[in-house]
Amino acid sequence: MADKPSAAELKEYGEQADAWFKENTVRDPGFMLPLTFMEVSTDQQFDFLRDWQRKVYEAGYLGASWPKEYGGGGLHSEFQRVATRAMKKYDAPIMLNAIGNGWAGPLILDLGTEEQKQKYIKPMLSAEDIWCQGFSEPENGSDLGNAQLKAVKDGDEYVLNGSKIWTSLGDRAKYMILLARTDFDAPNKYAGLSFFLNPMKIDGISTSRIKKLTGEYGFVQTFFTDARISADCLFGGEGNGWSMAMKTLEYERGAKVKPVGGFFVKELDVMEIVELAKNSVRNGKPLLDDPVMRDKMTQYMIDIQALNLNNTRRRMPQLMQDKPMGLPLMNKLARTELIRELTEFSLAFQGTKAGYYVGDENAIDDGYWHRSYLNSFSATIGGGTSEIQRNIVAEHALGLPKTR
Amino acid sequence: MDNLGTIGTTEEQIELMDVATNFCRDKSPVEKVRALIDDDLGYDPDVWREIGELGWLAIAIPEAHDGVGLSMAEVVPIAEQMGRNLMSTPFGSTTLAAQALLAGGSEAQQAAWLPKIAAGAAATLALREDNGDWDLSNIEATGVETGGQVTLSGKKQLVLWADSAELIIASVKVDGAVRFALIERSALLEGALRRETVIDETARSYEVTLDGVTVLADALFDAGRTRETLEKIELAAGLLHAAEMTGGAQSVIDYTLEYLKTRKQFGKIIGSYQALKHPTVNNYVEYEKARTHLYSAANSWGEQGRGEVAVRMAAAQSHSSYSTSADRAIQFHGGFGFTHDCDAQLHRRKAILAGALIGDAAYQRSKLANLLFD
Repeated sequence: MADKPSAAELKEYGEQADAWFKENTVRDPGFMLPLTFMEVSTDQQFDFLRDWQRKVYEAGYLGASWPKEYGGGGLHSEFQRVATRAMKKYDAPIMLNAIGNGWAGPLILDLGTEEQKQKYIKPMLSAEDIWCQGFSEPENGSDLGNAQLKAVKDGDEYVLNGSKIWTSLGDRAKYMILLARTDFDAPNKYAGLSFFLNPMKIDGISTSRIKKLTGEYGFVQTFFTDARISADCLFGGEGNGWSMAMKTLEYERGAKVKPVGGFFVKELDVMEIVELAKNSVRNGKPLLDDPVMRDKMTQYMIDIQALNLNNTRRRMPQLMQDKPMGLPLMNKLARTELIRELTEFSLAFQGTKAGYYVGDENAIDDGYWHRSYLNSFSATIGGGTSEIQRNIVAEHALGLPKTR
Repeated sequence: MDNLGTIGTTEEQIELMDVATNFCRDKSPVEKVRALIDDDLGYDPDVWREIGELGWLAIAIPEAHDGVGLSMAEVVPIAEQMGRNLMSTPFGSTTLAAQALLAGGSEAQQAAWLPKIAAGAAATLALREDNGDWDLSNIEATGVETGGQVTLSGKKQLVLWADSAELIIASVKVDGAVRFALIERSALLEGALRRETVIDETARSYEVTLDGVTVLADALFDAGRTRETLEKIELAAGLLHAAEMTGGAQSVIDYTLEYLKTRKQFGKIIGSYQALKHPTVNNYVEYEKARTHLYSAANSWGEQGRGEVAVRMAAAQSHSSYSTSADRAIQFHGGFGFTHDCDAQLHRRKAILAGALIGDAAYQRSKLANLLFD
């Protein structure tokens, strides 16, 4: 690992990063940019974001602290933090290859072979190889451990049959991290699962786009029909699929592998909601003169401030002694539910304008708020629904018994 | 929005948190809390003496007045643990009286009282009146100044621990302006204290009749410092009660969790039912938000602008969190929850009194809105 940098080194690097993002960030390419990697709908959006990621990578501001021998920058992780801060400062677009850089990459760097690292890491950083995730199945949404997609060993190949769903970027991806069942007689449902680095562009794999509630496209259902993949695609050994899948989740916290940098999801800017409220009118007066709206907006400010400060508090062990897993486990639940409520609330400001939608010239902010509200469900449902999250917090932070 | 608080801790806070966690747990088991409900004094004098000896009353008093020279930020972990263990003493009222002296008292007034408080003398504030208004300046009690003396009249309500307090700082109107009068308890007339029945049975509260009480003119705070005194009292009380309520919310959630983990119905531990589990998680999330706001308010204490926003956020969040957690605690205990024996009611009642004393969550939000949006 590289040495911890001096303040002067970081400052210089930060100034360079600032200058680069100031010059190169395009916030309005003339079409609506996705707020998350799950919302990439059109070719135009995909091409733009793919180019953007490559550009950031080539400038050295993505994967800056990943090992140099595999395509990273080989720098101390502090440098990447500084670079990411610059991206946020200039409101840069998201990084596209979320599953690759955020999930598959750290797993491969942590547990992969030398050959795998050489093969996968660099093209993943440059967004040349897009990755997707195949965990959920049509019949097993929240119950991932019950995945039924069948992988049967045949010589030095596996034959895949079944289906995965909610695959973001599934029709564009070259690889999928795939959770499949290799043993149907295992002592428990988890033990029968295996994990694959699965190529997508092969015979027997097809995708079908799913139209979202917003009217846009963003993910697909993937069908596997006697698809044959090399046995080398197995990752972590047969029967270890569940623990591999769980590991991909751990890397989000950046504990074992340095974070790749950037962000795959744009944080909602609360001040934009406050501005919207201030510019809205009710009964001929400013909306925030209305005591009900005023009180609600204030409560949301309290909530937002709490969740933002929670992120700082999580790094302060003295304030985390009582239920140390509480804050980390509740974060997803609290944040995604708040964003859903807030974006819904933003529609309440708009009076008659709440009736318009994306595409109409009378819509406020081109329908951004409506789209944000409808898309907010992707986060309260995906990655474990809020209901599952409450079970997780209850069982793992509060010690309540399992729900059966 | 540049008036939002940040979060951080001081070494002293962490040390005090450790000490207070053990002390309050050891000295205030719930059986004792319940026994003190029927006690006239309402607290254990030995515990009160120990609190004085630990120097906790001196924390936010400057060294020049025999204090420790820290601030309300370091009082927070103590008040939090007191709230968590339902430990009821004149600690809060005394701390707030000291804050009032620091904001509005003259050098002589501070020199006369702060060392006594630092050494363990109880004190209190007499602010509330019959109109029930949380606006501290909406008062009718008066003081009439004649020949170096001020004759007081009117009634003050919700004066906590007045029978134990050596000093009562009362707000009165003198020539139409709000002023603060230092009243030694010995100056009160016979029968001036009426013990009030307040919803929180662990607290002691009095209505204080000022009629006929006279104090020297130099027992008034300087007229020019009324505004900052009112602000300081409101914020210090907000922070202190936010700390107590946050600790209380933690406690009532833990108490409920214990029940959910042991009680069986229909052959199952009831904590496995999502109908109980999910709202409990929601309450827990709100509590953690309250605790985060509390330590942000402590960290931002005394900062212009930020300090008030952070305190009001903490007060609003802790009051709503404590109220809801205790309300659900009663419900989730079923039939037992309806009895006086269930501790849930102790918390529910305490949250109501705390809201009545400083202004409930909705009131705090209305004040916050002015700071955030206007």
